Amino acid sequence: MSVLVDKNTRLLVQGITGREGMYHAKGCQEYGTNVVGGVTPGKGGTVAEGFPVFNTVEEAVQETGANVSVIFVPPPFAADGILEAVAAKVPLVICITEGIPTQDMVKAWEIVRASKSRLIGPNCPGVISPGKAKVGIMPGRIHKEGSVGIVSRSGTLTYEAVYQLTTRGIGQSTAIGIGGDPIIGTNHVAALKLLNEDPETEAIIMIGEIGGTAEEAAAAYIREHVRKPVVGFIAGQTAPPGRRMGHAGAIISGGEGTAESKMAAMAAAGIHVVKSPAEIGETMARVLGK
Amino acid sequence: MKIHEYQAKEILRKYGVPVPEGEMVTTLEAADTEAKKLFSAGSPVVVVKAQIHAGGRGKGGGVKVVKDLPAANAAATAILGMQLVTHQTGPVGQKVQRLLIEQGSAIERELYLGIVLDRATGKLTMMASQAGGMEIEEVAAKTPEAIYKEAIEPAVGLQPWQARNLAFKLGLTGSLVNQAVGFMLGLYKAFTETDCSLMEINPLVTTKDGKLLALDCKIDFDDNAMFRHKDLKELRDVAEEDPLEVAASKDSLNYIKLDGSIACMVNGAGLAMATMDIIHYAGGSPANFLDVGGGANQQQIEAAFAILLADSNVKCIFINIFGGILRVDVLATAVVAAAKNLNVTLPLVLRLEGTNVEEGRKILADSGLKYAVGETMAEAAKLAVDAAKGSN
Repeated sequence: MSVLVDKNTRLLVQGITGREGMYHAKGCQEYGTNVVGGVTPGKGGTVAEGFPVFNTVEEAVQETGANVSVIFVPPPFAADGILEAVAAKVPLVICITEGIPTQDMVKAWEIVRASKSRLIGPNCPGVISPGKAKVGIMPGRIHKEGSVGIVSRSGTLTYEAVYQLTTRGIGQSTAIGIGGDPIIGTNHVAALKLLNEDPETEAIIMIGEIGGTAEEAAAAYIREHVRKPVVGFIAGQTAPPGRRMGHAGAIISGGEGTAESKMAAMAAAGIHVVKSPAEIGETMARVLGK
Repeated sequence: MKIHEYQAKEILRKYGVPVPEGEMVTTLEAADTEAKKLFSAGSPVVVVKAQIHAGGRGKGGGVKVVKDLPAANAAATAILGMQLVTHQTGPVGQKVQRLLIEQGSAIERELYLGIVLDRATGKLTMMASQAGGMEIEEVAAKTPEAIYKEAIEPAVGLQPWQARNLAFKLGLTGSLVNQAVGFMLGLYKAFTETDCSLMEINPLVTTKDGKLLALDCKIDFDDNAMFRHKDLKELRDVAEEDPLEVAASKDSLNYIKLDGSIACMVNGAGLAMATMDIIHYAGGSPANFLDVGGGANQQQIEAAFAILLADSNVKCIFINIFGGILRVDVLATAVVAAAKNLNVTLPLVLRLEGTNVEEGRKILADSGLKYAVGETMAEAAKLAVDAAKGSN
């Protein structure tokens, strides 16, 4: 099994006529995802490279029965795109866009939180259930169907972890890129809960990075609730405090958010914490006895 | 984006938040004129403050309180142009090119007020403490109960009752309570309307004549929101930033200079951090953080190379790319062109994986470029560390 996306996914692409939107709409379709259409205001009624385009998310959902929306809308308009998808009651909204102003997300989050929709991201690579569906920008071919779930704040570092598993013959159930922004719809704890409750996810890789205290909260959750083996890595062990390391959320400030604190909390929760990012795959192999 | 204290105080003034009278100057003559003006307006003391982006200026000798014009002159002469070293500047310090000449205040109490995003709740939070003038991180670590917080509902903003709550917890009485409410509401308005990511008033002071004043102010803006604040963008002072970081920002590259010898070029922030970590783990030290991003083009890769090469500490260049959106063949073509155009002679270690990796490897193999390839991150990091040691 898998979580969030699978063969039942009917994907809508917001911003489908943009360069990124179209490129990845095709990429998801090629992987086997059922891409049912896209939204670009003002281009409704047209067909873009085979995808029907709608003016509004509401209309698109009515016409296509879309149950997942992926957002490639530019940063100034992305929070609006999220809210439009939530208003149209799309159950799962995945926002890839990087660079949304924090205060746009502060306001949007209040509405998302009170809704029944789940938001993944923003500033994330998306979600993939190998062999079933890919909703995002990750290279599909490095994945392999299997039973290790992945939750990560980083894009390329997730690919790295997946690659280390696949080259060892270990497949993945679902890889969830939760995003590198200070405000994200689904945090480590929420993503871990999904993987923990998925009967076919046998083990979990958790990749965090400096900034905030979400990994500490995740460690506490794992200690309480997760009996599946967890391998963990924190990026930014050598990052200087006070500097934003690329991701808007990756900053050590006020003595909070250090890799040291996160790794200590994770180790105390029984997570197999690796210091080197090259050891994620081999550690999982050892834990699984492969 | 960081700005100077005097710029932050200008913004507060616009929002009706009380700050001391003062003026930014860049010459001794202007400093003299301003000090004269403040003394003749009846200010018993004048403060000469170095304007650099780093904190801890007072301890470093960058702030002087003076009682007459000759003393003001002497202070300005000493501070302007000095290499100011604080716990935030590093050992070299930062050259002082601007002074704030300000009216002094008869301080009664020093308090703290700040606004930050609470990531756990996704809400802005106003924080207040009676322990003003101290590092708030220290207060938070030792006596977290001494920091009072009000979470702000974004739909309605900071409410007067929340400001009153904080004012009473700060131990304010009489007319100071209402002053504090106005102060806090103004501060919140300034924060949201200018898209700040951090605002700190430390210290917030009460004066002997019963006034509330922002004696110091620190503001950081949300870089992601600067597209809608063209006016604020002009407040950036590139003289306060590392020249290589300024150059990188012109090509939209995410670059942070560090002090090691292995330059790294990576796509993705997480992998870029992890690359720094693995270099460290292999016994070397990273010269920088560099995320060339998902959509890097040839010009950006070339600009990135130029920036890495401009750092004289660099002994080896480590390129770690996991092609997703950024295809490996595109990257390889750009690397070959850049290495040739810039005549790169330093050892080059590559670790390439992902989309179109075979095509990318072929482009490199056919290029005549000298480089080493690591199959895994660990192997590549070791090659880079050895190369950096070898070229010493």
